[in-house]
Parts: sequence; structure tokens; C-alpha cells
Amino acid sequence: MSAEFPTALIMILGALAVPLLRGRVRAAWMLALPVLALAHLLSMPLGDHAHAGFLGETLVLMRVDRLSLVFGYIFILATLLNVIYSLHEDDPYQQVSALAYAGSALGAVFAGDLITLFVFWELTAVTSVVLIWARRTERARRAAMRYLLVQLASGMLLLAGAALHYQASGSIRFDLLGLATPGGWLILLAFGIKCAFPLLHNWLQDAYPEATVTGSVWLSAFTTKLAVYALARGYAGTEMLIWVGALMTAFPIFYAVIENDLRRVLAYSLNNQLGFMVVGVGIGTELAIDGTVAHAFSHILYKALLFMSMGAVLLRAGTVNGSQLGGLYKSMPWTTGFCIVGAASISAFPLFSGFISKALILTAAADGGYVITWLVLLFASAGVFHHSGIKIPYFAFFGHDSGIRCAEAPRNMLLAMGLTAALCVGIGVYPDALYALLPYPVSFVPYTGAHVVTQLQLLLFSALAFSVLMRTGIYPPELPAVNLDSDWSYRKLAPALLGAAGAGIAAFRLAVAEAGLRLATPLCRAVRDLHANSGPLARTQSTGAMALWISILLAVYLVMYYF
Amino acid sequence: MRETKKYWLDRKENVTIVYRAVWVVCILLLLIDPLVHKHEAYDFAEWFGFFGFFGFFACVGLVLAAKALRRILKRPEDYYER
Repeated sequence: MSAEFPTALIMILGALAVPLLRGRVRAAWMLALPVLALAHLLSMPLGDHAHAGFLGETLVLMRVDRLSLVFGYIFILATLLNVIYSLHEDDPYQQVSALAYAGSALGAVFAGDLITLFVFWELTAVTSVVLIWARRTERARRAAMRYLLVQLASGMLLLAGAALHYQASGSIRFDLLGLATPGGWLILLAFGIKCAFPLLHNWLQDAYPEATVTGSVWLSAFTTKLAVYALARGYAGTEMLIWVGALMTAFPIFYAVIENDLRRVLAYSLNNQLGFMVVGVGIGTELAIDGTVAHAFSHILYKALLFMSMGAVLLRAGTVNGSQLGGLYKSMPWTTGFCIVGAASISAFPLFSGFISKALILTAAADGGYVITWLVLLFASAGVFHHSGIKIPYFAFFGHDSGIRCAEAPRNMLLAMGLTAALCVGIGVYPDALYALLPYPVSFVPYTGAHVVTQLQLLLFSALAFSVLMRTGIYPPELPAVNLDSDWSYRKLAPALLGAAGAGIAAFRLAVAEAGLRLATPLCRAVRDLHANSGPLARTQSTGAMALWISILLAVYLVMYYF
Repeated sequence: MRETKKYWLDRKENVTIVYRAVWVVCILLLLIDPLVHKHEAYDFAEWFGFFGFFGFFACVGLVLAAKALRRILKRPEDYYER
């Protein structure tokens, strides 16, 4: 029998003990936490656990079903891999917040009601922001503040939506929500911010590349996939999401092609991969939801692997700008190899994890008759290979030799990358292991001759396009530059508008003051003329004159009395 | 010592070999296309080499479009710090 408390507490409370420990004991403790969490989770039967009373409502802190369970597994697995990846670091700030962040995400996934979800939702925001702050630069500090504001806004919308939903339905249970009530719309907006929907997306590309070497690996795993889980739980079959998702797969890849910061390229491709999952949620069939969950699972691994390899490059070479890198395979052969495994996985090469998970979503789209969506997804699949599959390894490790000679990544990083790479290949070679975890039974067979050949055609002709464009010099070079995205609206436009508004108000105030002065000056002069020395009202009158005036008044009075 | 080491890819002709290998693999993939029994949901997806040509032209279009976008979107690196 398991103790009736949420698994998240093991990681969150366990994280608090980290600063008290030193050296190897601390490392062992951090490695033990995800293992303990997994043991606790495995001991729990399916169903609701850990109830708590709150304002007359019953909160369900731990709802274990097949959907939450698979996200729980991958979050715990990602925690373990990330702990290994960051073992070389001695920064309790980051260690505490990273573990608490992973724990909060775990808590949110198992939340059975909207209040519990809200609490963990906000906790993921405030714990994860430390991973950006910890870069300890002014640039990172500003990015972190923007990130925090956006995340907290998402939480506020969730709370407001939950209140409206409760008013309409009388329940705080977190199940299928739909868009029938205003609360449903607000909650969708909250999830949409965290899932980086188009135009709500830019916090991701803004903040993740500014985080620390290990921080962006942590960040890439949890926040957005928590949002995917929440969408799959609350909005499965919401048709609007098909279009939103398709748009999400397509537009970030244009940015990814011209972006110079390779971790930002990865953030754009993360956004693009989320699009596939959102399409799956929108279609909402059993196959599509399975596809979304499977893709989230393999995505967490290969995206972490790619961020890990770029983190290693940042640590050793001091930069991840494509314009400054090249030829690093000579110094970092292992990192290069692992990066290529991640690149092959995200590109969905046969025998790699993306191949067996993305296919579920594409098949669900084709079967559902969403022909335009299917074509957009196909375009995005070719595009993701182009920018994540080829561009990242090419500009970092091959291409023009930058002359940078550095050490290979630390051993713990190599171990974490090796394990993650092995999982990417393992899932690709033996997909049934992942399929068995999915919420619904899977009868899909990924390895058919036609699927393998068509996918290889798609990918290799994309590679051919890259090679031809490279050889002919048409391919745009990597340039140190900033590309405008929707964050321009609040980093440039809003301050400019506020500045203009402030200037307008100041000018108005000045004008009013001047007009007032213009009116008041003659008035003051008149008063002064009347009252100042020798003014008519300030002159001294003699007593005789006063007596004369009084007798005149009395005489007038007497006369009036007689008549 | 390290600096003097010559790698296989450092030689221009080897890069050309890689480039040609990509062409060869693509042509091979087209050659086996008719041998594969396809069962796509849409008829057009079963046309000869559909996925290959789609991938090629999608990527060329993507890069050209992104290159054009750069003209509108590109700003100096310190744009937001100013």
C-alpha cells in the first residue's frame, strides 16, 4: 500500500534538503529523488488518491489514470537524466529550483481538480524562473522577468477560468472542459500560453536560450509538455486546435532557418513539435491522442538531448551562435554523435523515436480527412529535418571550421547524453514498449515498407535541398542578428506607446498649467490693484468721513420710515 | 599536435563525395519507389516519388521564404538593448 500523498511532494520537499548536503551525498540524494518518486508512483493503483478538503470542496491531489501515468513516467525519467546532466554543477540555487520545478510539473499532471492544478501550475512558473536568473547576467534577468510575467498571467487566467467554470458547472473536477462556457475559454487561453500557441508563443524563444547551460534542458522538458497534457485532458477533440496546431508546426520553422543562436533554433523547433501534439489533441480520436502522448514522450527525450548537446557546446566553446561555431566535431566527437542521434530522432528517421510517434499523428490526420492539415504537417516534417536535423549539427560541429579547439563535454554530461540517445534509439527500434504505456490500445504498425521508404524520401530529398542550396551559395549564412517576433509588441511597441502616452500627458499638463496661469495673472493683478498699498480698498478713511456716512444713512432710513 | 591533425572532411574532394552520395541515395530511393506497395489515404500521395519531390520543394521554398523574411525581420544584435 502506498502512502496517501502526492508523488510531487517527494521531489519538492526533497529539493529543500539539497542545500544541506555536500558533495557526493548531495549528488546521491538528487539521483535518489526521481527513483523514490517512481517507486511511490508504481505503488499506487489506478484511481483517485490523497483527498483534501478546501472551502467545502474535495481536492484530489493524485489522480492516477493511464493519461496522467505516462506523463508521470516521462517527467520522472527526464528528471533523472537532467540530474545526471547537471551533476558537474555546484549551484544549490539551480539544483533546488530544478528539482522543485520537476516536482511541481509532476504535481500538476496528477492534479484531479482545477484548484490543485492551479497551485502546481503557478509553482512551475516560480521555480523554473530561477533557472533563467541563475545565468546571472542583466540580459538573462530581464528575460526571466518577462518569462515570469507571462507564466503568472497564464496562472491568473487559469484561476479565473476555474472560478467561472465552477459557477457554471458546480464542479472543480479537471476533466474534459470544452468551450461551452466562458470559463472553458479562459482556461484554454491559460493552457495556450503555456503551450506557446501562435502569438502567445514568444516567451519560449525569448527565455529558454537565456537560461543556464543545464537550465534550458530542464525547461525544455516540463512546462510545455505539462500544457500538452492539460490540453489532452481538457480539450481533446476541440476542432479549433487542429488549425492552431497546424499553424504552430509551420511558422516557427521559418524563424528557425534564419536564427543564429542555436539554442533559440531549438526553441523554435520545440514550438513546431508542440504543434504536432496540439493537432493530435484537436483531432481527438484514440489514435490521435495516443499520437500526442507518444510524441510528447519521445519529444521530451530528443529535445532534451539536443539541448544537452548545445549546452555542452555553450559550456566548452563559450557560445552557441552558429556564426561563431563550426568544426567542433574535432574537439567534441562524442557530443557530435549524440547530437546527431537527437537530430535523427526529431527528424523522425526510421529506427529513431520521432519516427514511431509522429507517424501516429500524421496517420490520424490523414484518416480523419484533414488533407490541408496533413500537407502542412508534411511540410513541417521536412522543415524540422532541415533546421533541427541538419542545421544544428552542421553549423555547430561541421561546416566552416571556426578554429575553436576545446575539451570534450564533462563525463556526467556525456553519460546523460548517452543514456538519452540510447532511449531515443531504443524507442525507435522497439516502439511496442512505448505503445504499451499509451492511454488507448495501439494497433498501428510503424515499420511497413511504404512508410519507411516514403519517410526516407521526404528526409533525404530535404537533405538534398540543403546540400544543393549550400553548394550553390543560396543558403542564407548565419548572421549575428535579432529577428523580430511577437515579443517585439511588448519589448518595443508597448514601451514606445507608453512613452508616447506619457509624453502626451506631460504636454497636456503643461498646457493646462499655462492656460491657468494666463487666466490667473490678470485676476491676481486686479486683486493686487484693489488691495495693495494705496488701492481703493486698502486706503485709510478718516473717522469724520465715517461719521458723515453713518448720519447720511440714518437720515435716509428716517425718511423711508415716515413714508 | 592537435592542430596539425588532418581530418577526412578537411579535404574538399571528400566533401564532394558526401554531396554526391546524397544524390545517389536520393536517386536510389526514387528507383525503388515503384516497387513499394503504398496505401496512403490520398491518391496524390501515391504518385511516383511524391514524398521526395514534396520534401525537396518544401525545403527550397522554406529557405527562400525565410531568406526573404530576413529582409523584413532582421535587426542588429543589440536591438533590444538600445
